[in-house]
Amino acid sequence: MIAAASNVAAPVRWALTWATARRVLEQLRHDPRTIAMMIAVPAVLMILLRYVLDSPVALNRFAPEFIGVFPFVVMFIVAAVTTQRERARGTLERLMAMPMGKLDLLLGYAIAFGVVACVQVGVVLAVSLTWLGVQLPGSVVTLVMVAVLDALLGMSLGLFASAFARTEFQAVQFMPAFVLPQALLCGIVVARDQMTPALRWLSDALPLSYAVDAMQQISTGASWAGPVNRDIGVILGFTAAALIGGALTLRRRTR
Amino acid sequence: MASPAVTPPGLPLSAVPAAAASALVVRRGGRVILDGLTFTIASGRVTGLLGPSGCGKTTLMRALVGVQMITAGQVELLGLPAGDPRLRHRVGYATQDQAVYTDLTLAENLRYFGAVLGLARARRADAFARIVAELDLGGLENRLVGTFSGGQLARAGLAVALLGQPELLVLDEPTVGLDPVLRRDLWAMFHRLAAAGTSLVVSSHVMDEAARCDDLLFMREGRFLAAATPQEMLARTSTADLESAFLSLASRSEPAQL
Repeated sequence: MIAAASNVAAPVRWALTWATARRVLEQLRHDPRTIAMMIAVPAVLMILLRYVLDSPVALNRFAPEFIGVFPFVVMFIVAAVTTQRERARGTLERLMAMPMGKLDLLLGYAIAFGVVACVQVGVVLAVSLTWLGVQLPGSVVTLVMVAVLDALLGMSLGLFASAFARTEFQAVQFMPAFVLPQALLCGIVVARDQMTPALRWLSDALPLSYAVDAMQQISTGASWAGPVNRDIGVILGFTAAALIGGALTLRRRTR
Repeated sequence: MASPAVTPPGLPLSAVPAAAASALVVRRGGRVILDGLTFTIASGRVTGLLGPSGCGKTTLMRALVGVQMITAGQVELLGLPAGDPRLRHRVGYATQDQAVYTDLTLAENLRYFGAVLGLARARRADAFARIVAELDLGGLENRLVGTFSGGQLARAGLAVALLGQPELLVLDEPTVGLDPVLRRDLWAMFHRLAAAGTSLVVSSHVMDEAARCDDLLFMREGRFLAAATPQEMLARTSTADLESAFLSLASRSEPAQL
């Protein structure tokens, strides 16, 4: 009992975090169709992009940006739906009545989705750099790292958004509501410095802009330069804020 | 300063009630769900919470395990305030909707919840084998819970509640819709657990289950009609069965209609 009481103050208990990460991955393993889509869809879209653009110069410019955006979008939906299910099916309530910490739970999710993001980014990158012949002047390692951070950003925003969804339908609807405005304003459609001041300001306030900016820096050859580091810092900041927001929405007691 | 509610070490468990509440009120959206409940639930017994659907049974059970915001009053379990982190190891809770991962196998569910409860790896295998045997879930370990029948699903939910060998089990309608043979076996198990010292609070809206409990709380519209043993309920109302006893108590509680 003394051991149990001392657990309360411990910020992260890795056994619970690992158990949660393993559980989330096991859930995915039993759903091979979802895995196949998570892994294959970005690669297929990249192939489509290659033929739509039909220009190596344009592809070299857009491919890294898309590699940054895919994991963000996919992880947002997956995390929003998974967490909403956890709330709706009562498993979250059960965990909250057990010695499960909110941070342990959220970090477990982050690890599991981070692993999936690595595979997803690895596949789309391999297809892009080999088959599609994308030239990347910058560092591949930096690109993978930023892409995985983008995935974690999407995951943490999805976790947070799910608190406001009462049904899985609503959780899925948050994708266009949260993600599409960011996609329009992040600098892929129109360069950020060509936007009106109001839109530019809005773009500056949205996390995906920094994800795309980092990818643009990497695609022009800057790897560990100042702008990339600043972007990474902002992405990490948004991720941490969304995770804290998510933790606040995980209530032990509900109405 | 030691709070008087905390059990001094060495005091026998039976001296502390499994649960107690005073003037417990829960309001939700302007509606009174629990209307000033005061009660004591004895330890080492099977206490039945009986009442029609919507009378507040689930809300009361949620208040007991500390996941329900309460408007007023106090709830204590095993001498600690409901929701105290120290209770999370000592109280098992099974909700009506089972609350297991349907996209995992039974073994994966048990392993995960076992890890959450902090069961040591060595103890885990024993605990799983014991529970699978106790709930007659043998052979289902590697099947996805989503493919289970209603009865199997109900037992999977119970299995998780039993994992940590809790001192108090709060079971929300655990036998609803089950095969009569299975229902009988589960009630036998509840009494075996109680004989071994576990306290159980079991809710049901089916009156024929009331007779299987050691103690009864009859509930209607957020209030208690009576708290007594089944024999006392019958004696108090001069009725032959508990359903009639409930009806008799319900009509007495509505003086306006008399």
